[in-house]
Amino acid sequence: MQIPIDTFTLDNGLFVTLSEDHTAPIVAVNLWYHVGSANERAGRTGFAHLFEHMLFQGSASVGANEHFELVQRAGGTLNGSTWLDRTNYYETVPSNQLELALWLEANRMGYLLPAMTQQKLDTQRDVVQNERRWSMDNQPYGSWWERLPALCFPPSHPFHHSLIGSMSDLDAASLEDIEQFFTTYYTPDNAVLSIAGDFDRAEARRLVERHFGPIPRGAGKPPLPDMTLPPTLGGPLREVVPDDVVLPRLFLAFRSPVFGSDDYYTASVCGAILGLKKGSRLHRRLVRERQIAAEAQSFTYDLTKGSDLLVLDVTARPESSSEELERAVNEEVDRLRDEGVTAEEVARAVTLIETELIVALQSAGDRADKLSLFATYFGDPSLVNTQAARYREVTPERVNAFARARLGTDNRASLLYVPRDTETTSANQELAEVGAR
Amino acid sequence: MTGTTTQTSGPTPRPTPTEPRNYHFPAFHRRTLPNGMRLVVAPVTKLPLVSITAVIDAGASVEREGQDGVAALTAQLLLEGAAGLDGAALTDRFERIGTSVDAHADWDAATVSLTVLAERLPDALALVRDLLRAPEFPEREVARLKDERLAELLQLRAEPRGLADEQFSRAVYAPTARYAAPAGGSAASVRALTRDVARGFYAERYRPTSTTLVFVGEVSVDRAAELALELFGDWQGDVASTVERAVDASPLTRVARVVAKADASQSEVRVGHAGLPRRHPDYFETTVMNAVLGGLFSSRINLNLREAHGYTYGAFSAFEWRRAAGPFMIQTAVKSDVTGAAVREILHEIERMRSQEISTDELTLATSYLDGVFPIRYETTSAIATALSNLVIHDLPEHFYDDYRVRVRSVTTEDVLRAAQRHLHPDRLRIVVVGDPAVIATPLGEIHGAPVETVTADGAEVAA
Repeated sequence: MQIPIDTFTLDNGLFVTLSEDHTAPIVAVNLWYHVGSANERAGRTGFAHLFEHMLFQGSASVGANEHFELVQRAGGTLNGSTWLDRTNYYETVPSNQLELALWLEANRMGYLLPAMTQQKLDTQRDVVQNERRWSMDNQPYGSWWERLPALCFPPSHPFHHSLIGSMSDLDAASLEDIEQFFTTYYTPDNAVLSIAGDFDRAEARRLVERHFGPIPRGAGKPPLPDMTLPPTLGGPLREVVPDDVVLPRLFLAFRSPVFGSDDYYTASVCGAILGLKKGSRLHRRLVRERQIAAEAQSFTYDLTKGSDLLVLDVTARPESSSEELERAVNEEVDRLRDEGVTAEEVARAVTLIETELIVALQSAGDRADKLSLFATYFGDPSLVNTQAARYREVTPERVNAFARARLGTDNRASLLYVPRDTETTSANQELAEVGAR
Repeated sequence: MTGTTTQTSGPTPRPTPTEPRNYHFPAFHRRTLPNGMRLVVAPVTKLPLVSITAVIDAGASVEREGQDGVAALTAQLLLEGAAGLDGAALTDRFERIGTSVDAHADWDAATVSLTVLAERLPDALALVRDLLRAPEFPEREVARLKDERLAELLQLRAEPRGLADEQFSRAVYAPTARYAAPAGGSAASVRALTRDVARGFYAERYRPTSTTLVFVGEVSVDRAAELALELFGDWQGDVASTVERAVDASPLTRVARVVAKADASQSEVRVGHAGLPRRHPDYFETTVMNAVLGGLFSSRINLNLREAHGYTYGAFSAFEWRRAAGPFMIQTAVKSDVTGAAVREILHEIERMRSQEISTDELTLATSYLDGVFPIRYETTSAIATALSNLVIHDLPEHFYDDYRVRVRSVTTEDVLRAAQRHLHPDRLRIVVVGDPAVIATPLGEIHGAPVETVTADGAEVAA
């Protein structure tokens, strides 16, 4: 599967990628800024994400709340998201509304500050604090979002601190911070713009030049501190979290090769053998056969600097203790490391991943996002067309070498959630008795 | 146009749209096999993929009394042993051809669905045949899936969002109505299920005449029909019997209930009542009305609670469309100390919707959104397969998707007011909040005009 790709760069440094597909009258516009929570300064955790909210509060020519309204009135969908090392903004609109989406993105890239007010900042601070309560504080296991990176990256590392931010740091954010962050990071030379779907290339280029061309280049951003990390954690790490939960749940994380490296694909296949879908080892052994776990999965963070993380995420059955769960998961990791994987297991994982890669190319929005990803991290959006081949190169020998190097006890970080109060413990007991029959 | 760029200082002017390009929902074709099994095929050639969905008239709403949860259990059990293969071997067969199969039952149907590379379609469909025609219901897997469901229900007690949804359904429907309990069954009903009950449900509901196979993607109508005939042509069975059961009975009362979660930092709020059956003639005006009220980011409720007050990360409303009257529900999560104020704003917005016509601007925002976003909803083969499944499940007119955008655009401000007056019922609202009773019971009682009921996560009443 190859998708067509064109690129060009404006004089102000904006890197643009285009991918035409005329099967439906839909076009996706996707903008990545190469800034995320890693770029936050001390005392301002959560600021990159709060700032993302402020980008929907209007700009010089766009009123408060008008950004969402204009796109929805045009029949489009939109949103934005913040990650450790990037922030993205995107719209999918009927193709005759391409210029509206480009104009909205250009207007806020070039002329955000005139629209910023203290009142808007105060309201979005409340909204974000409610987002924190909703996604983390009032959600069982919710704190894993900030506890796992904090456990796996040393305190001085830019990936260590909370992405959503602490309540007090959010309280401290000011309009001056907005101005400084905007001027430093929201510049055309720190961004990638992708357009995918139903458009004419020459026309799209003309529109991009018209709306983004006049925006001045930035003055450069401060470099991130040295991100380099040793390949392993240097010993087992463990944190036990009593929480308002009824079932124990273990996040077992390993430092793993950064996204884009050959070994990343090896690690990803190894993770899939352990935790991708019901044919994976953890599901087959712990959910189906031993019935210790209710659910099991694996994932990677896909970080490109310092170290990536490979994570196993397993929730216990009511009658299993947290100790049993932790022991069983570690046994599976040991077994894979000691005995290796089979060619069939690698083939299953790669075949599933290949289908997923193609399925993910169906929507214009997903295509545009992938183009921005590869352009932002590697300066080369055409890497989207090489992913399946890189997975196909993974062999059992490579997976086994990876497992020996990275799945040892010196590279395991356990974040273990256990039920806090007696009420939930007795509920467990009650159900365990029923389960025992 | 020339290729030159005009350098301007300051923002560029707001653009106007160009002429829209035509869009048609993918053409689909129907066939019926001699045994009564139906096919719906939509050839879509964009990527080398095919999505298949088998739709079986075997949802939770046709369960017999005392068997709540058997529809979900039966659907899941299809994957746990069939045609001589155990669950692990079946999983392996699917995953080796690069796909994973989903089998589940919701209120109105059981579905077995997957997306696979087009070249693997025959292999995938042969496996789907095994699941549908020769499931084995191994005793061990029946016990395991029941235990997993019980674990899920236990998890729900500690999960405010899921708990709020469950308690809201309980508050909306009469205790005897099937909709009052979760589609997957409650702990008591799931414990009572057995292998024989699941086999009985399968034997009664899974028939060629109650099954439709939907194909979407890189496949021709003839090829799909040929494969279906080869794999399902000799599947025999009678027509499934009908089950008479009150699924959506709902008392005409107003209720305010707090589900106690001490020290909760947020309140999970649910406000609403029983809505409309999917085939109600007011479907379009009600859909547009809901979009204005709380269906969009730029809706009244979200702009009020989130953007004007900063009470929440988001607030939305929805009619859940089922064969019978599914719930109409407004949902949000707000900081505990503003719970009363937030509910007051929600009630105010419901009242405002019923008392005066919306502006033309609000109407066109909703209609142009629903109209414009329509093609974006159907970018993937699986989304199209789901749309066609709904056509089957609800027996919608053949041209429903072709007419959708015209019907949406023809809704007027008068229609919206009428829909609000007919289908929003302030006098029978159920207000259910999962939160800290110490903080929220009093303000909610003031709004309700009477003391609120307080219950535990199990639904047991707590003495005031």
